[in-house]
Amino acid sequence: MDGISLLTITVLAVFVGFEVVSKVSSTLHTPLMSGANAIHGIILVGAIIVAGQATDLWLLAVALLAVVLATANLVGGFVVTDRMLHMFHARKEVGGSKAGTKEARGKVEGA
Amino acid sequence: MTLLDPVWTSLLYLAAAVCFILALRGLSSPRTARRGNLIGALGALIAVVAVFLSARLENIPWILGAIAVGAAVAAPVARRVKMTQMPQLVALFNGVGGGAAALVALLELGHADDPWVRLAIVFTLLVGAVSFAGSGVTFAKLQELMTTRPVVFPGLPVVMTAVLLAAVAAGVAVILTGSSALAVVLLVLGLAAGILLVLPVGGADVPIVISLLNAFTGLAVAASGLVLGNVLLVVAGTLVGASGTILTRAMAAAMGRSVAGILFGAFRGGSTAGSTAVSERPVRSSSAEDVAVLLGYAQRVIIVPGYGLAVAQGQHTAAELAQALEARGIDVDFAIHPVAGRMPGHMNVLLAEANVPYESLKEMGEINPEFKTADVALVVGANDVVNPAAKTSSGSPIYGMPILEVADARQVVFLKRSMRPGFAGIENELLYQPQTSLLFGDAKDSLAQVLGAVKTL
Repeated sequence: MDGISLLTITVLAVFVGFEVVSKVSSTLHTPLMSGANAIHGIILVGAIIVAGQATDLWLLAVALLAVVLATANLVGGFVVTDRMLHMFHARKEVGGSKAGTKEARGKVEGA
Repeated sequence: MTLLDPVWTSLLYLAAAVCFILALRGLSSPRTARRGNLIGALGALIAVVAVFLSARLENIPWILGAIAVGAAVAAPVARRVKMTQMPQLVALFNGVGGGAAALVALLELGHADDPWVRLAIVFTLLVGAVSFAGSGVTFAKLQELMTTRPVVFPGLPVVMTAVLLAAVAAGVAVILTGSSALAVVLLVLGLAAGILLVLPVGGADVPIVISLLNAFTGLAVAASGLVLGNVLLVVAGTLVGASGTILTRAMAAAMGRSVAGILFGAFRGGSTAGSTAVSERPVRSSSAEDVAVLLGYAQRVIIVPGYGLAVAQGQHTAAELAQALEARGIDVDFAIHPVAGRMPGHMNVLLAEANVPYESLKEMGEINPEFKTADVALVVGANDVVNPAAKTSSGSPIYGMPILEVADARQVVFLKRSMRPGFAGIENELLYQPQTSLLFGDAKDSLAQVLGAVKTL
């Protein structure tokens, strides 16, 4: 692809990146950072391409190291983000039963 | 051999890029966050399958083996890590991503004749190396493998300037000559710059630096996409770079800091000017029974959880104590500082894990006016986020950070391990106030004792 097209795509991606996270509550800062962290693990695609072109053993070794590191970033990033967000999911269920807690409190106050 | 027409490859990459945009958007709202993350993972899967089907690849068994090794190491760690240690794990994953980008750029140098491509390689090498080394230092700080205090030495600004100038010189030389040896020199200079960048950053600011380095890695990945002519890497890397920058600023704003102040504060000196002399002034030490009486006969109690609670794994006991008090008809809320724990939102995650109802978790803006009506503020393992020095002492490293107005409560009880200052390393005047009492010990043990005493009231 020619340079100008890549530049156009880059500039548009900057604005999309600014836009998608512009209104996020501080509660979600950590999972969002972790999710973005996982996404840049896509450097794995670059590492695979480089490893697939490596001709001598030394270059292949370095490229495979890049593949290992990139995979750790990608897989680990998505798994740890999912674990964080699982807690939020659990919280929603608790939120659903909050009526019960209020009832209990009401009873104590009524007694 | 290629199985896929280039047009199909481009379409699959486009699908992956759309997935990443939807992932970031999903992650910005609590309802859609989990789905957003899964969409992101799906996008990554599509992209990896596409590259195997479309590029002319040698060494495929080796590559698959390396992927298996990376996944086999990272997935169990990510699954098993304690939620309290999650920030340093994110730092670690970010660092290895930056390292991978730098290695990809290094290997591509042999194929690059165009000076613009070499410029992108130099950028990727340098930024990737800074991210790798900087993340390593943040990991060591958060894991407390080294001191969490800012590390400064005389001449640090001079050394940093020298390293950066040398890096620029090496970079120009790489662009002109395409020499791999010089590229390795550049890599080493980048590693040095990463270490020097993070060493002077104080403990409480480390999470913001993780976010900044995350944005750096994104930019390095985008630049490596320019090197390889791979649109997906350009889009994904730029997305992370841009959103990471916004996120870093939002995090810094939540702590009342500026990003430049965090990075360069220690260079200017004076940022560590907290009163490090632990004074011998008397404090009011209290017993679990005394605390139980205070709490048990209050009408309104606000619990302020901090990192100490998380470290002691005391969130479940704190939740039980809140239930026991509510059963006595006492109004109990949890006041969550935006940076309670070690990262914004960290404490919400930990308390949600302990099944504390969402409605009891109050954000700072909402709860601060209510401290005036509280009989007791129970501060469990928190220090910096309630330290009035943030408002009064302009030399203090936390000056300007919004705090929870615990001092407005009629009584303040601190559950603390010791008189040691908090993560930011500053003494807390509130500990010496007449309305304050302290119960020393591990947060979980203290809470359990108080809970037992409340039940016998």
